This record gives sequence, C-alpha cells and structure tokens, in this order.
Amino acid sequence: MTAPVLEAVDVVRTFGATRALDGVSVRVEAGRSVGIVGESGSGKSTLLRQLLALDSPTAGEVRYRGEPLARRDRGLLRRLRADVQPVFQDPRSSLDPRMRVGAVVAEPLRSLKVPGDHRERVAEVLAAVGLDPDVASRYPAQFSGGQRQRIAIARALAPRPSVLVADEPVSALDVSVRGQVVDLLQRLAAEQGLTLVLVSHDIAIVGRLCERTVVLHHGRVVEEGPTASVLADPQEAYTRRLLAAVPQLPGV
Amino acid sequence: MTGELTTTTPVARGVEAPAAAPGRPGGARSRGARRLPPSLVVGAALVGFVALVGLVSLFWTPYALDDTGTGERLAGPSAAHWGGTDRLGRDLLSQLMTGAGNALIVAAASMLVAGVLGVAVGVLAGATRRWVDVTLLSGVDLLIAFPTLLLAMLIVTVRGASLSSAIWAIGISGSAVIARVTRVNVARVLREDYVTAAHASGTGWWGTVLRHVVPNVWPTLLVQLMLLGGGAVLAEASLSYLGLGAPPPNASWGRLLQEAQSTMLVQPWGAILPGVAIVVAVLGLNLLGDGIRERTDPNLRGDR
Repeated sequence: MTAPVLEAVDVVRTFGATRALDGVSVRVEAGRSVGIVGESGSGKSTLLRQLLALDSPTAGEVRYRGEPLARRDRGLLRRLRADVQPVFQDPRSSLDPRMRVGAVVAEPLRSLKVPGDHRERVAEVLAAVGLDPDVASRYPAQFSGGQRQRIAIARALAPRPSVLVADEPVSALDVSVRGQVVDLLQRLAAEQGLTLVLVSHDIAIVGRLCERTVVLHHGRVVEEGPTASVLADPQEAYTRRLLAAVPQLPGV
Repeated sequence: MTGELTTTTPVARGVEAPAAAPGRPGGARSRGARRLPPSLVVGAALVGFVALVGLVSLFWTPYALDDTGTGERLAGPSAAHWGGTDRLGRDLLSQLMTGAGNALIVAAASMLVAGVLGVAVGVLAGATRRWVDVTLLSGVDLLIAFPTLLLAMLIVTVRGASLSSAIWAIGISGSAVIARVTRVNVARVLREDYVTAAHASGTGWWGTVLRHVVPNVWPTLLVQLMLLGGGAVLAEASLSYLGLGAPPPNASWGRLLQEAQSTMLVQPWGAILPGVAIVVAVLGLNLLGDGIRERTDPNLRGDR
C-alpha cells in the first residue's frame, strides 16, 4: 500500500497554555478528499497550517508521502510546496492588492522555479477556473469576491499540485456565488484528479465535496469516517449538535 | 495648515471619483491614461517652484547676501528690490531665495536620514524576532518622547550651529516616526494571507520582502516622508529662528522671521514674505504626500 500524500500523526500544537491540537491524526490519501469540520476554535486552521508545513508541531509529526517533514529538509519541503497548494478564506486578503493578476497566479511558478512558459500556464489555469486570460493584466481590486476566489484557485493550480488545501474557501463569499465556487472545486477535483482537504464549518459543502470527514472538537478528532455515514448516522453527540446547527440548503 | 489639508482631501476625491467611475469597460487600463489627483499636481507645482528658486539661488541672486549698501533700509517692495530690504539694507528677495534652497536641502537631507534610519529600524523590528522588536521599539519610544529642540541643542553644542547640525537633529528625531510607520506596515503585510500563500508556494524571505512587503509599504512610507519633509521645513525655520540653524550670512526663512520681528510694525513685508514662503513649501510637501497616496492606494484605484 502506498503512503498517504499527507498524514498528521499524533500532532500536538500548543500556544502557551492552550492546546490548539491535542494529538490529532489525519490521513489524506490520493484521490480521496477529506473534509475537516468543527466550530471556530476547534483547531481546524491550526491543523491546516501543519499540513501546509507553515508551522511545526509541538509534538508528533506531519508526513508527506511517508517522509516526516523537518524544517531543514529543503528538498522535501520544495516537493511538498509544489504538490500541496493552499486556498484561503478571504480572497481580499489572499491576493496582493499591488500585484497584477498575472503575477499573482505566476508566483508559485516563479518561487518554485517551475520550468516552462509561465505566461502560457497562467492563461491555462485562468481558463480552467473560468476566467478570461485578459484578466492577467488587471489588479485584484477590479474583481468581485467570487472572481477573486477563482484567481486564488488559479494560483493554487498553477504548479500542478495533487492536493488543494482549502480553508473555508467560500464562507467569505456572497451566498449567491458560493455554489459556483463549490461547483468549480468539484469539477476541478474530478477533471484534474485533485485531492481536496477542505476545512469548513459548513457541513453541507463538505457533504458535496469530500469522501471522508473528520470532526474536530477542542483540538481532538471526535469522529471520522466516510462523509455519508458521518452525516447520516453521527456517532458522537458533538457531531449531532454540529449537524443540527446547519440550516439545510435545498438541492445540496 | 492641517485644517487646510483635511478640507482639500475630500474635495480632491470628489473630483476624482466621478471621473474614474465610468471607466473604460473591460480591458487593461494604462496608468498614464488616468487623471492625476489635483493635490499631486498642485503639491508638485508648489514644491517644484520652491526647488527651482532654491536652485537658481545657488548660482544667482539679485544682490549678495551680505551687501548692505544696496539702498534704503527697511524699504517696501520696489523695482530695485522686489521684496524690499531689511534693517541693514540687505535685499530681502535674495535672502528669501537662498532660504528656499536651504529649506529644501534640510528637508531632503533629513528625509534621507530619517528614511534610511527609520526603515532599517522598522524592518528589523517588524520582520525579525520579538525581542529585537521590543528592544528597538523602546528606543524609538524614547526618541519620540525626546523633544526635537533639545536634541538639536545637544547636536549644536557638539558640532556647532550649521545646516548639517539641523539636518541630523531633524532627521534623527524624524526617523522615530518613520520607524514606527515602517514597523506597523511591515507587520501588517506579513500577517496578510497573501504572504502566507507565498510561503506555502515556496517564496522565501527575500522574495516575500521584495515582492510583497516593499510594494505594499513604500507608498505609505513615501507619504510619511513627504509629511516629514513639511515638518522639516518648519523645524528648520524654528531652529534658525532660535539661532540653531545655519549662521549668517547664510539665509534662512526662520532667521528672517526672527530679524523682522522687531521691525514688523514699521516694515511688515520682512515678516510676511518668509512666512508665506514657509506656508508654500510646507503646504506643497503635504499636498504632494497626499497626492502620492491618492495615486498609489490600490483601494482608490480601478473599479470597486
């Protein structure tokens, strides 16, 4: 059996006296999207920073394709950076307002020194997220929230990653465009064989996009399993409360 | 002065907004095609005028600065003396022109001193370890609390009264504000998700600084430096008013004011002209700063 693309093993992360993550283990296997759900403060975003190797665990380890990540291992980190790309919650903050869209989308290509024609690749990923290649010469402020999130997704796609780690990718958007962005993520996952790691407090979206679901509560995994069974037959009282708190969207 | 500025800004934006709103639908818009903010144009014109006069004074003035035998003393403006003469019979226009040069030299040089010192300290404080931040900031706080005048007196005591003493005094005390502004802005940019995104895509420390921090911080800093420049003109005037600036026969607006003080009722031009000159230079630098902000702020640029 091949090693999972990403794996957190008994990860503990403390901030002073707070244990944001208290022994969390999560496996992200290729082609099987994972949803991480929980309330604010449950440790979702902290876990995500661990998976993106933006932060080191206090204890435990994060493995990329079986190899434990260490700060000093530049080669492994570089492979991880090219292969695991982030999408953030608020595209107003995740796109540099002083960079043209073309430069924004090309940044991972430049930083990772990806060979090939960057302009061509930028046009390609912009088309993949449903934007005109002409937008490359404009500034982020000239776009709506939904379009900006498409730009952020295009940037993440640029270095041809196999995993997209998305932190609440639609919760900062207008309700009217949320569906479109969720559709886009679903289509990209299917067409490009992307594995999604989706952090969300919105169980309905996880239900649509993720095969497996992990429920976090106070920095611990309280429940995990196939999304369908977690949603249909929650074993834990906490998951049931979480589900009850979600207004059902028609058609989801 | 500030009152004048705050009323200028909304007017300037009000003029700008409708012009920008119809926009060019779709397509790339070139920077040059957009109208320049009025404050930028007016500010640049005022500063440019003062700079031009100062530049000319380096090569030519109507009379020598120490020439006391040019005619009547304490005369009003005339064909021979456009600005009149002072109580020693020296030509006022010549002194005003030289004063313009000195004012802008002090402003520019102290902006440079404050910029280099302030940015270095601010970046170190904002982008490195926490103990460096705390240490540097306490130094900056001390410097902010320390009166510029006292610092100037110390420097003058050590180095003697001269233009460069004034420059160091103004530059060093100005650097504290620049350091604070730099630090706050660097720290703000580093907290943005686009920096996190850059890190997650393999952008290193230098790449982050050059691609994200510098472009997002320099316009604010430039505005701050322009405001500092305005303050420097005022500070230079105050220092030379107190005799801590360039000594005679070199001219300074501040000393012109001081000299005209005793004869103001007899010959008001001696006080009015340097006063107006100071207002023009300070207003020009402030408007220039405001205009740069309007021109470079991405939130005021393009469609919303």
